[in-house]
Amino acid sequence: MMKIDFSGLDASVPLCGNTDELCNEISTEQKFELPTAADFDGFQREAVQMVKPAKGTTTLAFIFKEGVMVAADSRASMGGYISSQTVKKIIEINPYMLGTMAGGAADCQFWHRNLGVKCRLHELANKRRISVTGASKLLANILYSYRGMGLSVGTMIAGWDETGPGLYYVDSEGGRLKGTRFSVGSGSPYAYGILDSGYRFDMSVEEGAELARRAIYHATFRDGASGGVATVYHVGPNGWKKLSGDDVGELHYLYYPVEPASVEQEMTEVSGL
Amino acid sequence: MSIFEYNGSALVAMVGKNCFAIASDRRLGVQLQTIATDFQKIYKIHHKLFIGLSGLATDAQTLYQRLVFRHKLYELREERDMKPETFASLVSALLYEKRFGPYFCQPVIAGLGDEDKPFICTMDSIGAKELAKDFVVAGTASESLYGACEAMFKPDMESEELFETISQALLSSVDRDCLSGWGGHVYVVTPTEVTERILKGRMD
Repeated sequence: MMKIDFSGLDASVPLCGNTDELCNEISTEQKFELPTAADFDGFQREAVQMVKPAKGTTTLAFIFKEGVMVAADSRASMGGYISSQTVKKIIEINPYMLGTMAGGAADCQFWHRNLGVKCRLHELANKRRISVTGASKLLANILYSYRGMGLSVGTMIAGWDETGPGLYYVDSEGGRLKGTRFSVGSGSPYAYGILDSGYRFDMSVEEGAELARRAIYHATFRDGASGGVATVYHVGPNGWKKLSGDDVGELHYLYYPVEPASVEQEMTEVSGL
Repeated sequence: MSIFEYNGSALVAMVGKNCFAIASDRRLGVQLQTIATDFQKIYKIHHKLFIGLSGLATDAQTLYQRLVFRHKLYELREERDMKPETFASLVSALLYEKRFGPYFCQPVIAGLGDEDKPFICTMDSIGAKELAKDFVVAGTASESLYGACEAMFKPDMESEELFETISQALLSSVDRDCLSGWGGHVYVVTPTEVTERILKGRMD
């Protein structure tokens, strides 16, 4: 008879009980060495300043009739410099759950991967998929245990479980909020503007995808630190599916075509001296 | 963030065969927030003399007004247009006047001088002139502009090729800068005509 294993919900307890070496290797809670500096807080502050690329971002997610829609831009910047235009900010945790990435790229990538492992182990131990509630709490507990040590994560956990669609906002300050509509990152005020004005619960998947894409586009237009590709995912009862990935450079001229006539006029007007 | 990077800008000027081109981006932002995408950064002094002002937009506009004023006085007294070299010295003097509280601007000056010889130069915010034979750059995208220009520039280009080169250099450079872009503005000046073109660019 299988016992229900709750240990996956506890961040400090190893996930499996036996002494198998291989198993220990994977599941023992990872420990990070702390710097032995006299002034730990000061050292930490300096270190955080050094490793904080990928600050600017726009990500959003919302629950509607057909499930959850998740969308993000793809720009990574360091100060004013654009270090990449092709970042995957929507992380596939498992076929039914997605995470979004805002804040430190390394912190987000690492802890989402880590969450993926924990979710899989939960699945193996309990013979059923972890709930979105459970997964987000797992992540929030880990992040809380590192609070004040310089982690920079602003994420949404979106998925479909036995209770239907689920959406949580989790951040490195320890916050964990349940909701139906979130946007995270420097472009989020702009995305919220579009999202709040266009949102209806009874949208179709197509309408939802277009709203998400438009919200990301408008955020990339106004926010200097957001841009690249607007990616849209949908999570339904049968898991997630990537719906679109549009280059924002082309999307602008799709939404706002330039009439060639007006440009011609400007040219002739000036060239005649 | 530096006050020079408050509004964001990208400026470049290139010399061709008996001609020059000067180009800028079109964004006006407040830090990362884009306010306008039709902002003028290149100003015409006379038919054969242009100045681009990068840096803090408010100082750029003030500086431009003072330069227009001084150029008008010069025109009245001398009954002729200013030579680019003279104008560069004027800008430099005006900037150094504010040595201990400078205009937060980096100008790029481009013009056709005696016998239509192209002249380009740039300056720092307190008026240190830097003359160049090939190209000059300024603004928040200056580092990527140096790279693009270094790779794409050829001496003695005709005006059509010069336009193509400066436009490609500008558009590829601002794609690596958060604070500039949102379209481009290019002037190509030959002894007989001035062509102004608005470039479509990535709007993110």
